[in-house]
Amino acid sequence: MTRKRQRLIGLLSAGVVLGVAATLVFQALDDTLVFFYSPTQAAERQFRPGEAIRLGGLVKAESVQHSDDSLKVWFVVTDGANEVTVTFDGILPDLFRDEQGVVAEGSFLPDGTFAATEVLARHDENYMPKEVADALREQGMFVGEDGEKSY
Amino acid sequence: MPDLGAFLAMGGYAGYVWSAYAITALILGLLVVASLRARRSMRSSLDEAEQASPRRRAR
Amino acid sequence: MAKALHRLANPARFLRIASPLLPWIAAGAAVCGGLGLWFGLVGSPPDYQQGDAARIMYVHVPAAWNALAGYAGLAVASAIALVWRHPLALVAARCIAPIGACFTVIAIATGSIWGHPMWGTWWVWDARLTSVVVLLFLYLGYIALLHAFDEQETGERAATVLALIGAVNLPVIKFSVDWWNTLHQPASILRFGGPSIDPAMLLPLMLMAGGFTLLFAYLVIIRMQTELARRRVMALRRAALAVSQPGDA
Repeated sequence: MTRKRQRLIGLLSAGVVLGVAATLVFQALDDTLVFFYSPTQAAERQFRPGEAIRLGGLVKAESVQHSDDSLKVWFVVTDGANEVTVTFDGILPDLFRDEQGVVAEGSFLPDGTFAATEVLARHDENYMPKEVADALREQGMFVGEDGEKSY
Repeated sequence: MPDLGAFLAMGGYAGYVWSAYAITALILGLLVVASLRARRSMRSSLDEAEQASPRRRAR
Repeated sequence: MAKALHRLANPARFLRIASPLLPWIAAGAAVCGGLGLWFGLVGSPPDYQQGDAARIMYVHVPAAWNALAGYAGLAVASAIALVWRHPLALVAARCIAPIGACFTVIAIATGSIWGHPMWGTWWVWDARLTSVVVLLFLYLGYIALLHAFDEQETGERAATVLALIGAVNLPVIKFSVDWWNTLHQPASILRFGGPSIDPAMLLPLMLMAGGFTLLFAYLVIIRMQTELARRRVMALRRAALAVSQPGDA
């Protein structure tokens, strides 16, 4: 009986130690675990032009401009507080559209715009049929576009 | 009845949707078959071992 | 001898209870899976953003849930084996591992297939995807450690310790999408404020999740029956050997 209790206490204390250690490690690694920076985070960090990073946010409504004679595209990535103009020359994923999440890989140019070498779409956690989305939009209570939405 | 061609086309995502379901079915199917086979062969080994056992009536 | 009999008692009771349940579990898995396939592929609408590609969710998410739940089961069984030395716990843990690994592979493969049309990439090393790859390696490491030593007990002890340490990864997987910016979207079902998924799509998801979970249970029981039979074969062979070479014991 006492041996069992000893082992149980040993296991629980090892678990606590492991949990604390893991928390510390993940806190220390926080920066490397982040897949992308929002425009606000990028502004805080003042990335040098040419430094390779990923920039993520929502595609600002009606900000997308396509070139007439090439695949070149311009759009604005916003997190609500800050925004960055992104240029990209390539094929956009299916989900790339206004007010949808996007992650651009590339670097800032000296003029503050962001030159993307790759653009990934990020979808949100909402799933619904088109009719429901349309009805919600009509009633002006579309859940995906405001509130505490993550970018 | 919905149109079969449209169903198979999956709105243009046929290759993605069907391959995802096919991989799932393949892995799960192989896992079930392998597990049942292993049980069958182990049970026949058990029968052999019990018959060969010096204790005539095991259990 | 009395101790050996005692050790047999619990596995015997397990088999007496679990074996008659098997056909019911199999039938439940088939019914849930069949209905889930019907509602998932035919009886539910395409997503407003992702179209029909969202149907990959109905295999991807249940596989991922079961991969996580399987590891939780593996860790709990390992804790019971370590503290209470319950013989059945080690058998359960050993049988869960390969099934959990297969479900993890399904989650990764279907997720990758889903990612290509939607995200625009097969793979990225964001926190969610990376932590699920770590989960796969924990399963594989557990299986490898079990067989890495000549002495079965040494391998079991090493594998048990790995299983318990690896449990740290479970909250990391679950909350990675909330703690760090990831390409993977946040949770749709298990989240504050209730599911953010339409009932018409929640139904096939839940049916498939039920089917996958019952299939997982079915496979665990089948493999535990196999493993218990194997242990009995080993015991009988050892006994036969002891009789034929009496001086050895």
